[in-house]
Amino acid sequence: MSKPAIEIKGLHKRYGSVAALDGIDLEIPKGAFFGLLGPNGAGKSTLINAIAGLTRPDRGTISVMGHDVIDDYQAARRCLGVVPQELVFDAFFTVREVLRIQSGYFGLGRENYDWIEQLLYELRLQDKANSNMRSLSGGMKRRVLIAQALVHRPDIVILDEPTAGVDIEVRQLLWALIRRLHGEGHTIILTTHYLEEAETLCERIAILNMGRVVALDSKQGLLSRGEDQVKSIEFTVDRPVTTLPDAVRGLFAQSADQRCVLDVKGDCGPTLMAALEVFQAAGIGVMEVRTERADLEDVFMDITRMDRS
Amino acid sequence: MTGFRTLFYKEVLRFYKVMLQTVLAPMVTTLLYLLVFAHAIGGHVQVYGQVDYRSFLIPGLIMMSIIQNAFANSSSSLIQSKVAGNIVFVLLAPLSYLEFYAAFVSAAVLRGLLVGLGVYLAASPFADLPMHSPFFIAVFAILGGSILATLGIIAGIWAEKFDQLASFQNFVVLPLTFLSGVFYSLRSLSSFWQGMSHLNPLFYMIDGFRYGFFGISDVSPVASLIVALGFLAALVAVTLFILKRGYRLRH
Repeated sequence: MSKPAIEIKGLHKRYGSVAALDGIDLEIPKGAFFGLLGPNGAGKSTLINAIAGLTRPDRGTISVMGHDVIDDYQAARRCLGVVPQELVFDAFFTVREVLRIQSGYFGLGRENYDWIEQLLYELRLQDKANSNMRSLSGGMKRRVLIAQALVHRPDIVILDEPTAGVDIEVRQLLWALIRRLHGEGHTIILTTHYLEEAETLCERIAILNMGRVVALDSKQGLLSRGEDQVKSIEFTVDRPVTTLPDAVRGLFAQSADQRCVLDVKGDCGPTLMAALEVFQAAGIGVMEVRTERADLEDVFMDITRMDRS
Repeated sequence: MTGFRTLFYKEVLRFYKVMLQTVLAPMVTTLLYLLVFAHAIGGHVQVYGQVDYRSFLIPGLIMMSIIQNAFANSSSSLIQSKVAGNIVFVLLAPLSYLEFYAAFVSAAVLRGLLVGLGVYLAASPFADLPMHSPFFIAVFAILGGSILATLGIIAGIWAEKFDQLASFQNFVVLPLTFLSGVFYSLRSLSSFWQGMSHLNPLFYMIDGFRYGFFGISDVSPVASLIVALGFLAALVAVTLFILKRGYRLRH
């Protein structure tokens, strides 16, 4: 079997008394579209920085396409393209200069200029190619960061919150580009705060919390954890809820017009039966029952909440 | 090799784009030193017995501009990149420690040499400046620039804020430069201060550089060369070690 794109074993990193990474073991297969989720401070960026060689782990190993990120750092970095989270730029240079310089760092010369022009075109930066970085809008700077990460055609592209603070047009442009790169065989690793983004794009997801991997599954696998799980039941009754006895209304989390919503914790069946019995005993007719199932956000909240408690 | 060449090119392009500030301004400052000191002291002092003070001062000022600008280039480039966060682009690249070091030093030395050359060209018509040994002139210019450029890398990596870098410049580099014999010959000092000056590595660079012009120096140019080379070797070892460890760059 071929080596995974990224293989992490027993990774630890402390900042003072805080364990930013607390024993991470993770394999990301080649060609995966991998999502790295977690609340703020979960260790996502520290993990990415460790993979990229921007942070030195205290213990543990990371290999990128089979190359150790410390002992064989040059080969490892050649395989990686990283889009940093912060909107950093070098104010001395133009967009084209920035891309040619970045390409040169990876040992590529004029032979790579056509690819740079193609990147400028695809990221709709060609009009700004000779503009100084300082004069670019936030969305434009984000696109340059992405072009910089792709300039050496890396096997693995890591995007740390790539769509934070960009407008819908740029987001769509990025999604399309990332999807195409994935289609061409690149391994994509994405951290994001937008669970909808992870749900739309990623095939496999790891959830980090307090420096540990608390869930690692395919997107379907994670979603199915919530599938059987009904989050809430909404009853439509035959009269305005204001006319219901307080004892009945008090059972529901929300009630308005003719609707009462019941939060479900644990099994749905008994909760539903109990509620129907209450309605029946009070002589209230139920016209409609609707259930709402958990999505990725609920699964995420559940997992991180369970981990904390 | 392309990685080194690119980083070198980027560092040169960086100071080239603001040449007014990075090359012309320090040239003007140095020429003002020359004008003021030569006017104030020039008539009263003869150095090495027969050398006119203005001629004596010029090599000192050239060397001072080389080392100050070499230091300024590597240190300010690094601190700016660190504060702005764009150092990440260099750190993500597969550049070796040696390429990183060599590129920053070469670009800084080039800036120092450009300022030094500018001072020489502007000042030499106004003084009788012989050229005893172009070899020693070139060697000490490059060595002096390399030593301070390396020190600039260390300071730029160590400093986390601009004021820390400014303290390094004001409390270390500037006193060492001013007390290295730029403006006077050590022979004019008491034996105690002569002894103290011998502890200053910058003294050997200026003394050796001046030897290149006049063929006269306070200590033998070969001794100066050995001291300067030894000092550079020690600084290179320290710098490569901290680059390899990722000190203050890879947290």
